Amino acid sequence: MKRIRIDEKYCMGCRLCEVHCIVQHSKTKNILKTYMGECSKPAPRIFVEEKGYVTFALQCRHCEDAPCLDACMTGAMYRDKETGAVLCSEDKCVGCWMCIMVCPFGVISRSSDKKIASKCDLCMGEDMPVCVKNCPNEALKYEDSKD
Amino acid sequence: MAKRPTPTEFIVERDKDRCIACQVCVRMCSNDVHIYDADTNTVTSDNSKCVGCHFCETLCPTDAITIKKNESSFKPNANWSVSVISDITKQAETGGVILTGMGCDKPYTIYWDHILLNASQVTNPSIDPLREPMELRRYIGRKPDKIELDYNKKGKIELKTMLEKQLKLEVPIMFSAMSYGSVSLNTCISLAKASHELGIFYNTGEGGLHKSLYKYGKNTIIQIASGRFGVHPEYLRTGAAIEIKIGQGAKPGIGGHLPGEKVSKEVSEARMIPEGTDAISPAPHHDIYSIEDLRQLIHALKEATDYEKPVGVKIAAVHNVVPIASGVARAGADYIAIDGMRGGTGAAPKVIRDNVGIPIEFAIAAVDARLREEGIRTKVSLIAAGGFRSSGDVIKAIALGADAVYIATSALIALGCSQCQKCYTGKCNWGIATQDPYLTKRLNPEIGVQRLKNLIRAWSLEIKDMLGGMGINSIDSLCGNRTHLRGIGLSDRELEILGIKSAGEPQ
Amino acid sequence: MRHSEQEKLISGCSVAGIMNESGRKISGEAIIRSIAVMRERSNGLGGGFSAYGIYPKFKNYFAFHMMYDDKKAMADAEGYLKTNYRVVKSEEIPTIEDKSIKNRPLLWRYFVELKDKVKNLYYDLTEEDIVVNDVMKINAEIEGAFVTSSGKNMGIFKGIGYPEDIGRYYKLEEYRAYIWIAHGRFPTNSVGWWGGAHPFGLLNWSVVHNGEISSYGINKRYLENFGYRCSLFTDTEVILYLFDLLVRKHKLPFDIVCKIIDAPLWEEIDRNGDDEERELLKTLRIIYSSALINGPFSIIISDGNIMMGLNDRVKLRPLVSLKDGDTVYMATEECAIREVCKSKKEIYYSKSSEPIIGKLKN
Repeated sequence: MKRIRIDEKYCMGCRLCEVHCIVQHSKTKNILKTYMGECSKPAPRIFVEEKGYVTFALQCRHCEDAPCLDACMTGAMYRDKETGAVLCSEDKCVGCWMCIMVCPFGVISRSSDKKIASKCDLCMGEDMPVCVKNCPNEALKYEDSKD
Repeated sequence: MAKRPTPTEFIVERDKDRCIACQVCVRMCSNDVHIYDADTNTVTSDNSKCVGCHFCETLCPTDAITIKKNESSFKPNANWSVSVISDITKQAETGGVILTGMGCDKPYTIYWDHILLNASQVTNPSIDPLREPMELRRYIGRKPDKIELDYNKKGKIELKTMLEKQLKLEVPIMFSAMSYGSVSLNTCISLAKASHELGIFYNTGEGGLHKSLYKYGKNTIIQIASGRFGVHPEYLRTGAAIEIKIGQGAKPGIGGHLPGEKVSKEVSEARMIPEGTDAISPAPHHDIYSIEDLRQLIHALKEATDYEKPVGVKIAAVHNVVPIASGVARAGADYIAIDGMRGGTGAAPKVIRDNVGIPIEFAIAAVDARLREEGIRTKVSLIAAGGFRSSGDVIKAIALGADAVYIATSALIALGCSQCQKCYTGKCNWGIATQDPYLTKRLNPEIGVQRLKNLIRAWSLEIKDMLGGMGINSIDSLCGNRTHLRGIGLSDRELEILGIKSAGEPQ
Repeated sequence: MRHSEQEKLISGCSVAGIMNESGRKISGEAIIRSIAVMRERSNGLGGGFSAYGIYPKFKNYFAFHMMYDDKKAMADAEGYLKTNYRVVKSEEIPTIEDKSIKNRPLLWRYFVELKDKVKNLYYDLTEEDIVVNDVMKINAEIEGAFVTSSGKNMGIFKGIGYPEDIGRYYKLEEYRAYIWIAHGRFPTNSVGWWGGAHPFGLLNWSVVHNGEISSYGINKRYLENFGYRCSLFTDTEVILYLFDLLVRKHKLPFDIVCKIIDAPLWEEIDRNGDDEERELLKTLRIIYSSALINGPFSIIISDGNIMMGLNDRVKLRPLVSLKDGDTVYMATEECAIREVCKSKKEIYYSKSSEPIIGKLKN
């Protein structure tokens, strides 16, 4: 199962991952239109944390024992059988924010335009999540998780 | 008196139609050129701070930024150029020496660009390196004039000669001295690991050896310079060879200066000096005031390492480089590294960098010729350094007489360096010439190693192609083979010193 | 007449060699016929022969074959020779009258020995070293004089023309030798100097060469390190001096010399499972990297004891051989051997860097 891994030693804190995450989840997937044309651009699903010199990008860990799955009352949060990723089904989500409450990493947020939860979906359909693809220092990696 | 601002060198051009105010440039610029205004959600620039390193331009996701040279400012004047006026202004204000980084950027003749290579036609078939073997291996070190053989009782030949320790190079290119301190640890790791994987060597400079680098000892040339920073028995034992640094092409005749800001805790440990203090290496070695002193140090180092390591000497190419090199060879050096005036530096007075020394082309040609005249060329290997830009420069240096070349500036460019010449500020945005932990992490050694390996691989392929064209299948047959070189646009005197004929003259 | 521009000579060629390993002598007729069938590989601008065992009466004296442009050159060279050597015999080299042979120089030979006072003066040098120095001095400094060969009981006969015409001109069918080596030349420029033809000789050495050496520049500079002056600007000269240095001065056997000038690839050395042999080959390459001969060549070389044929590292020039009883034949093309050898045996195509050796039995 492939997961996104961050090597914080080489995370420069440029936040290009956030920019590309936003673009990827926008309507047009065009960077200029996303930022300047669309009425509301999506919230990023990857967050660069900074403390002193240390910076690192964090997104949903797709936990094996995911509290958000248990907390979801509509069954909108589900585990993708093929990839094992934890995903949120937009039609079922009612915006109760329980998942946000229970997430130990704080990587689920409210969608900017709809009343639904927004979280990392590993850019399903792409070869590689765009944050990994566009990390200029290869601090983000998309690899098979060892455990 | 009103202070006159120094002229702005660069203009940051920001395409308003493309800027999405993502602030990547704001976060990344160590010189604080880019400013974000939250009220208007726009980014503006302070052009006066821009050093032209192009880091922001590289990262900008919408290509909104272009760094341009500032064309305006002063009335054009061949004598009083912008940089001259700017230097005088700075000196009038500070009373100090103008510092700079990297190699001489003045338009002196680059002789590599006036030398042309040969190729075979009809009488001698060229060799296709894709289909035929092509050898680039070289050995650096002292060699005897002849081999001694013996026959055992069965009549089988036995080797009597015990060769002195040699450095085996799979490609005749090495990474020249850059100290940990002047460059970041990630730069050192990239160079060390790439050398290990390529079968070549990198050089510690006078920065000592960080504990994480000991494992690359077999591919390390450890340097001993006038400051003796970081020199201790284990350091001597760890390297594959020892290099006594007498001079550097960028600043012949003066010592080194690593400002205290760059002496972090780890740098201080590697160099064995207090944290935060300036590391100033003296102009001469204070135990080498003559050639016989050098001889003693060479032999002391050999004694200290049980004659297991070649001891080389690095000198800057100066007017007297020929007799100096001859003396160094006679003093017992296993190799002589000659650094030409276009060689780089982490920090040097600009006036010295731009006015002292001679180009490596003349130095290597003259030294090789003299050592041959004196019959001692086989006793010592020659390494040329100082501004090698391409495989073409490398192969020409080898044909002039170098056994191998040292590259450093081109290695740094491979790692991202854009030659902004601000290494001495310690604010290198590319994470190369800095110790700021926020900046050093920008050079991921995994990427660094790959890029360095790619560069050397690319140059090796090109060298093989050129060798094959000349009908040669081993670099051994090109080393010192000046019949494959021709000069173009050079005076008779220059051709004579380079020891080559003019284009148009047959062999 | 001499090639005075300092310019390297390039030429294509045919080579042939015949050796009787028992020392039985044969007339020059065979080698002339052998080289003649490869006529189209030369263009009339150079041919020559070397012959071993031709002066049994004078076998203890150095036989100097000389070419002179004129009487003055002859007087100068003889004056120089007589200061260092006792001349036991001097004569014109016999030739036929042939109008097709142009620009012939004066051709003389001398049988000489070193004077004792000269040997005493240069007590640190061997006789051979002194002869080499004198040959280099005459060739470089005496205008219009050239030493064609300087060995014992051997001589080189060469000139401008097709090799068979040169052979007839020198009446080689009247000489008897146990080693004959021949060369037909196809230079790419028209140099009309007789000394520039091949074989090239020094002391007992003679060598013929087909090819163009791309390592010439470094081989030449390497030899200069050891006092050799390469004044003829030919590959053949450089090859011969390398053999002289390695065999005579460094005292290395022929097979080791082949591992130097025709060094095995590093890849092969690395793969060699015999530790001692690997170390030996590696050390040879490290010490003698500048003596590696690169580029296409096939050569036949002899010192009077051994006749060896050798190809470059990737076999870019032809060389075939055949051993019939105690006679060894080598040539650029098979036809040259078939012409003079009645044996039906298959011709041998040697591999790259593989020496073919004929050796005199005691």
